[in-house]
Formats: sequence, C-alpha cells, structure tokens
Amino acid sequence: MSTSALKTDPNFHEVGRRFFRDFSPGDEFYEQLIESHSGLSDEQSEALNARLILLLANHVGDLNVLREALQKARAVS
Amino acid sequence: MGAYVNPIYPYKAPTDLMSVPPQRKPLIVIGAGPVGLTAAIDARLQGLDVLVLDDDKTVSVGSRAVCYAKRSLEILDRLGVGETACQLGVSWNIGRTFLEEDEVYQFNLVPDAGHKRPGMINLQQYHIEEMLIARALELGADIRWQHKVTAVTPAADHATLTVETPDGSFDIEANWLVVADGARSPVRRHLGLDIEGRVFQDRFLIADVIMKADYPAERWFWFDPPFHPKQSVLLHKQSNNVWRIDFQLGWDADPEEEKKPEKVIPRLQAMLGDDRPFELEWVSIYTFQCRRMTDFRHGRVLFVGDAAHQVSPFGARGANSGFQDTDDLMWKLGLVIKGQASDKLLDTYAHDRQFAADENIMNSTRSTDFITPKSRTSRTFRNSVLALAKHHPFARKLVNSGRLSVPSFLTSSALNTPDADTFEGQMVPGAPMDDAPVRVNGQDAWLLDQVGKGFQCLLFVDAAPSADTLAALQILKQSEVPVDTLIVSPVALTVPGFAVLVDAQGWMAKRYDAQAGTMYLLRPDQHVTARWRQLQAAAVQAAVARAICKV
Repeated sequence: MSTSALKTDPNFHEVGRRFFRDFSPGDEFYEQLIESHSGLSDEQSEALNARLILLLANHVGDLNVLREALQKARAVS
Repeated sequence: MGAYVNPIYPYKAPTDLMSVPPQRKPLIVIGAGPVGLTAAIDARLQGLDVLVLDDDKTVSVGSRAVCYAKRSLEILDRLGVGETACQLGVSWNIGRTFLEEDEVYQFNLVPDAGHKRPGMINLQQYHIEEMLIARALELGADIRWQHKVTAVTPAADHATLTVETPDGSFDIEANWLVVADGARSPVRRHLGLDIEGRVFQDRFLIADVIMKADYPAERWFWFDPPFHPKQSVLLHKQSNNVWRIDFQLGWDADPEEEKKPEKVIPRLQAMLGDDRPFELEWVSIYTFQCRRMTDFRHGRVLFVGDAAHQVSPFGARGANSGFQDTDDLMWKLGLVIKGQASDKLLDTYAHDRQFAADENIMNSTRSTDFITPKSRTSRTFRNSVLALAKHHPFARKLVNSGRLSVPSFLTSSALNTPDADTFEGQMVPGAPMDDAPVRVNGQDAWLLDQVGKGFQCLLFVDAAPSADTLAALQILKQSEVPVDTLIVSPVALTVPGFAVLVDAQGWMAKRYDAQAGTMYLLRPDQHVTARWRQLQAAAVQAAVARAICKV
C-alpha cells in the first residue's frame, strides 16, 4: 500500500476549528451530505451526486489519485 | 437461571411531613430514578438535608438504561458506588458491526491506558438503582415511596408541592426543587413548560433474554441481517446471564402485537438459532424523541435528566447525561444553599447543561439517521460506508451505530477563566479532567479519586515548594470558598500540610501539558476551570470568584 496516492485514513478536518472527539468532523460532513439531499427525488439526488463527484474530482485534480479512487470504488460491490 | 425480582421498598406514612401550615424543606428531589438518586447522594455528601419523593415503590422494571460510560463511572466513584457497579457490571471492548451476513468492521475500545475506569460497562438499570438507593439511605437521605407529586406551585423563594399518598394528600414546601421525574415528567407538564425537538417515526422492540450463551462479552450490531431483513439489531451482554436485544421494527409495527411472546420468541429463535435454550425476562416497545426544554432552570425549580432532555438510545446518552447534569448542578446548589454563592450560579447550570444536551442530541440524531436512513439515497450512502469500511480506515470512522457517550467540553462556560498562557493538549478550561495513575503516600492511586472535593488546585513542582509558595497556598486554603492544593511531583516529596501526588510515570505532566510551576484550578465536579504557568494567589482567587459567579 506504500505506493498508494489516495488517502484512505480518516482525513476530515477544518482549519481553525478544534474537535475534541475524533469522530466529530466526519459525522458533521456526513450529516451535511445527507442534508444536502433533503427533499430531492431519487433522480435529483443522483444528479446531485454526479455534480458533487465532478466538483471534488476537479479539486483533487491529480489523475493518479482519481484513477485509484475509481478503482477502489469499483472494487467494492 | 432465574429472573430478576423487583424489590419492594416500604411505604412510610407521611404523618411527620403533614402539617398546617406546610413544612419548609431546604431541598426536595422528585423522582428516585438513577438521576434523582445521584442528586440526593451528592446533597448528602455536602451535608445538605434532602427529601426524595417517588410515586412508585420499586426500581426500574426491565433493564432500560444498560450502558454506563466512563464519565458516569467516575461520577459514581465520587459518590461511592463506582466500585460496586464495576464489579457487577460487564466490561466489554470489542464491538462488531455486520451488514447482512458479513462482518464489515470491528472496533476495540481498549481502555485508554492510564485511566482507572473502562470506556463503558453494561449493567441493568435496576441494579444501578438498587446500589444508589442503598448508598443514599446509608448517607441519611429521606426517601419516601408511593409519594406522588400532583402539583407544584412556584413562588419567588420556594415552591409548594402537593403530594398524594395512600394516606391522603398534603402540601409541603421546598426552598429548592430538583425535578428528576423522567421523560414524561408530570411536573414539567403540570407547569406547562415547553420541550421541543424532533420525533422519530420508528419503533424498537427491546428484550431481556436469560441464556447461558457462549457468546463473548461484545457488542454486536447488525444492519439488515438475514434474520431481520431491512432493519437493525443490537445485542449486548448484561450481568447475571441476561442479554439485551434491540430489534428495529419500523413505524408501522403494532406495539401491542409485537410485545406478545408468540411474536417475540420466533424473532429470537431466528436470531439465536432454534436449539439454544433461553427465557424471556422482559419485553418492551419504545419510540423516541430528541428534544430538550428551552430552560432547565425555572426560578427555584431545576430540571435534570430525561425530564429536561431526551435523546435517541443510540450512544447511551440518557442516564449518562443525567448523571452529568447532577454532577454539574449539585455543587452549585450546595454553595447557594450554604450562602457562599448567589443563585446566578444556577443559571450556569442551565446554560452549560443545555449546551451539553444540544451536543448529545446532535450526536444521537446523527447516529439515528445513519442507522435508520430516511431515503433511498441516504440508504445507499449508509451501505456504501459499510462496504468501504471493510478495506478503508476512513470509512470505519464514519460507521455510526452510536457514538458512545463522552462528556462535553464546556468551553463556552461563563465560569472558565480564559487561558493567558500557552498550553498544548486537551485540558482546556471547561474540560472534564483526564484521569492518570499516581502514587499517594507510597500507594498506587488514581488522580480522579483525589479530586472532586470542593475547589482544588494542582501545583506541578520538581522540588519542594518554597516558603513563599506554601504561604500563598495557605491563603487559598483559608479563603471563604476554600481551595486545597495537591502538589504534583515526579518524585516523592514531603510537604507539610499538603497532599503530594507522585506522577512517577509522567502521565499527569503529559496530559496536563505541565512544567514545574504549572497550576490548575479544578471545579468540584472534576472540570478544569483555569490554569497558569506560574502560581499567583490573586489570580487563583479571581478565578474562583469567577467560577462561583461572584464577579
């Protein structure tokens, strides 16, 4: 795994904020993720997810990382 | 194997409480559940007279609150019940999470090294209540069973209670009233006080099952298992061969129908396998809400525990947060009753515990939304987290089958003195204290067993303190609100008039980011309230004044 470019260890954080519990930043993201779908139909949710992936992929940018993420997402069925 | 038999506590006719005009008591607690009982014990430890009124005559029917978290055990230690609870309780470390047939991830709550108490024990609520009742009685609390409070009339400097008993009803007054009468709180309803939040449309079946199972003492949580498709199931070991099983049923389930043994037993057989002998001790159906009262204080009436706030059961934040309520309230109430602090101090109880309730509600709501997804998309994300959790550590951290109860950092408390010096680590003003192994008088001991007795300071030294330092510490000791100091040293020392904690392994120095000269001021409920790199008696006195709302 030493060649892995994709971070798979817990990595949620926010500059300038202190979290006293290690699960808190991840839980906060997850809550906001689910909340962002609130009131949407399944089709609208699918489209939101697609837009979200595209935004995040561009932010990551590094094709090496993205390729690995695609492989890992596909590997779990 | 044998089922638990609820004890019956003797009713005492209230002849001594009935009088015209009504008697005035300094402190009355309504409700002899775990939270009301800890309030009564804490009152007695401070030498306060306390009368406890309960409408029932026994302890909890069924196991109900079964998980007692580390902070609760530390509070119970201070109250004198921690050891008994830990001896009977079941310690567990391994939690396994399953999706359908597969185990997706397991966690090990290996107790943090250098702490006296584990992260959690499992113990039926009725056992905890029996221990607390015995302790309260031993300390001289006056507990009256079958005394139902039917009305409360608040006044500026007291509250009048109407109490119904088998021998008729009577009025009695209390200078201070602590309301611990549970989630349905008749007193809260009677006073018409609002409690707002979110209702969850789901039902759960809880069963206490007696079996000599060879399962290890672990927490097993299933998402969508083959024996109970599309729903979640939780298995927990309790003491005396009793196992607790929670089945999620969904909102459409018929509670009366589901409680029938002919419905429950096939569910258990499907889960356990047909041939395993078991007995059903108790079954109940519950729904839940996440909500809290707008204000926990109404003049002379103070609400604690489920009466003030309710959470979903995921994460064991009910009884555990109730213990923290009384832990925060009772030292403040003691100072107010003794005339050492103004009643403004009680507003900080309300403020700080409302903050904590919001944090508990937030965490338990997040768990609930993970466990019971409300939409297809939400379910897809949940199942994807579980699938990724098999291989990827980040996803394991996101699996939320209940964030086990941990105390709030009261960083926004008005009682804290903000840091003027620089410190690393978690022990900020408002932090619940971290424990540490120490040596006292040549014996192995724990830090938290040495504190929680009024206001105290920790002074870290590397050699015997100077005469000037000792003189300053003496002044603190003799203040109106006395502050005793514990000297913390890496090597054994003799300091006349002061206890010395030997931090031989350096746990305290590390956890408290301490150097020689570092001083911490601790609240009576084992929270940090101020700290400095150098001792200055005037600064400590100002911080104490602030911590009791005297400024």
